[in-house]
Amino acid sequence: MQQLTVNGIRIDDTFAEAFGMRATALVITADSAAWAQQAATTMTGFATSVIACGCEGGIDRELSPGETPDGRPGVRVLLFAVSTAELQKQLQNRVGQCVLTSPGSACYAGLDADERLKLGNTIRFFGDGWQVAKRYGTKRYWRVPVMDGEFICEATTGLTKGAVGGGNIILMGASRQSTLAAAEVAVAAIHAVPDVIMPFPGGIARSGSKVGSKYKGAIASTNDAYCPTLKGAGTTELDSDIASVLEIVIDGLTPEAVGNAMRAGLAAALDFGPERGALRVGAGNYGGKLGPHHYHLKELLP
Amino acid sequence: MSALTFSLREAPSQRLDLSPLVPERLAGLSATEIAKIELQTTRERVCVGNVFSLRMGDAGEMRIDGHERFDRIGCAMASGEIHVEGDAGIQAGRLMRGGRLTIAGNAGPWAGSGMKGGTLEIKGDAGDRIGGPLAGEMAGMRGGVLIVRGNAGARAGDRLRRGMIVIEGNAGDHAGSRMIAGTLIVGGNVGTLPGYLMARGSIVLAGGHEVLTPTFADCGVHDLVASALMAQYVQPYSGELATRLRQPWRRLLGDMAVIGKGEIFCPPA
Repeated sequence: MQQLTVNGIRIDDTFAEAFGMRATALVITADSAAWAQQAATTMTGFATSVIACGCEGGIDRELSPGETPDGRPGVRVLLFAVSTAELQKQLQNRVGQCVLTSPGSACYAGLDADERLKLGNTIRFFGDGWQVAKRYGTKRYWRVPVMDGEFICEATTGLTKGAVGGGNIILMGASRQSTLAAAEVAVAAIHAVPDVIMPFPGGIARSGSKVGSKYKGAIASTNDAYCPTLKGAGTTELDSDIASVLEIVIDGLTPEAVGNAMRAGLAAALDFGPERGALRVGAGNYGGKLGPHHYHLKELLP
Repeated sequence: MSALTFSLREAPSQRLDLSPLVPERLAGLSATEIAKIELQTTRERVCVGNVFSLRMGDAGEMRIDGHERFDRIGCAMASGEIHVEGDAGIQAGRLMRGGRLTIAGNAGPWAGSGMKGGTLEIKGDAGDRIGGPLAGEMAGMRGGVLIVRGNAGARAGDRLRRGMIVIEGNAGDHAGSRMIAGTLIVGGNVGTLPGYLMARGSIVLAGGHEVLTPTFADCGVHDLVASALMAQYVQPYSGELATRLRQPWRRLLGDMAVIGKGEIFCPPA
């Protein structure tokens, strides 16, 4: 594969292939930033990949009290799914089981859009007739009595059909430690980009997959071409100096947001340098035929 | 472009109906055409030109000299702004759908009656039944924001269905009577039996109360997110009241004489 070299790090002349997704956003608040974070973390647990989780979710950013509807500390959460119906189902299940249950929490729309998903409009039934609707201006809220007071939940939240899932960068290094270090700085840089999440643990996936499997029923399997322990055993994409590969997967509310995130991650990994970080950077694609969004690494270089 | 201004020539000899003087109706009309609009409520014909001297300007921003005999100012207005320099008679801003109506003086009864949207601000006092329905109507105010900087009369927010009424001063007897839903906030004192026969909705009695309706059930003192949310919404209309809203309130559920799904928030003590 053709490569460029920036700051001593080899960059594959390739692209990340990403897909259109449905997405929504929520603002979760609580009496303290820690409890807002707790509700958001719980709600976005087991939301790494649509392959088996139903949706991909994560925390976009923390919100100061001045940025939230009720003047309390908050967190903005993004949720992505492949269909509107699945997104609606995941939203109501996750808010119902993880946010409604979290002490002192409240939940508001985090995305302003004409198309709406039901939020409080489904959760309200938990109130068993004691729930109360309040409309302030154009917004409608449900107040559901719960054991620590009331759960406030906006009636609906916005839905976007223009979201993008599967933006990625692949970091390759000489050891697990150095590759992880490079991935961590890239993740930290991407956290500063608005409207994106990295759904995998700590933003990082170590088990990148390929489509299909030799086994019936498995729709994805290990990406053997990028497994360093298989370098000698057939088709590999790895060079002799690579011993560890990590992938950062990015979902964003817009194609631009995903591009900005990849640019920020790439810049941070390159800036970190090859001695303590990655030796090579690549991206995952399926030949360009499956996903409509192509992010070429050379166009995203700092 | 400057405002379309109606300056009072002399005090009217009869009550006048100013409901034709709304921005969407006057837009595009000439001074002569506006001057010919009839305003009388008796057999004696009175046109705009008889009562006001006109200074032409943008009909989207109107200034009208007030008088307590000017009824139905801004009735059913949908957009733009009307500033009344002085008092208004009955039914100011009745059925208004949008825009902003400001009354610098006092307003008579039924101000904001059945309003659906927009903002009505009364800088002085308001009469009885603000926002309320006229006889025979099923519901009162059903949207928008009504602010009274002074005091309001009896039955403020009668049959309120949606929207918010903020009274910075005192309210008379039976504030929020027969409320269907919506929000009524009183900064000062209220008369007897607030929330009388209310079904749903919220009444905040920030200045306390004397005689509470006996058919309200005390649910204790709570520091609710709902009042913080309400405060955020009230903030642009009344900063001082918004600050007072951000505190624990005693929650009373009622009126149990009807379905009892409404609430009164009052000071904890």
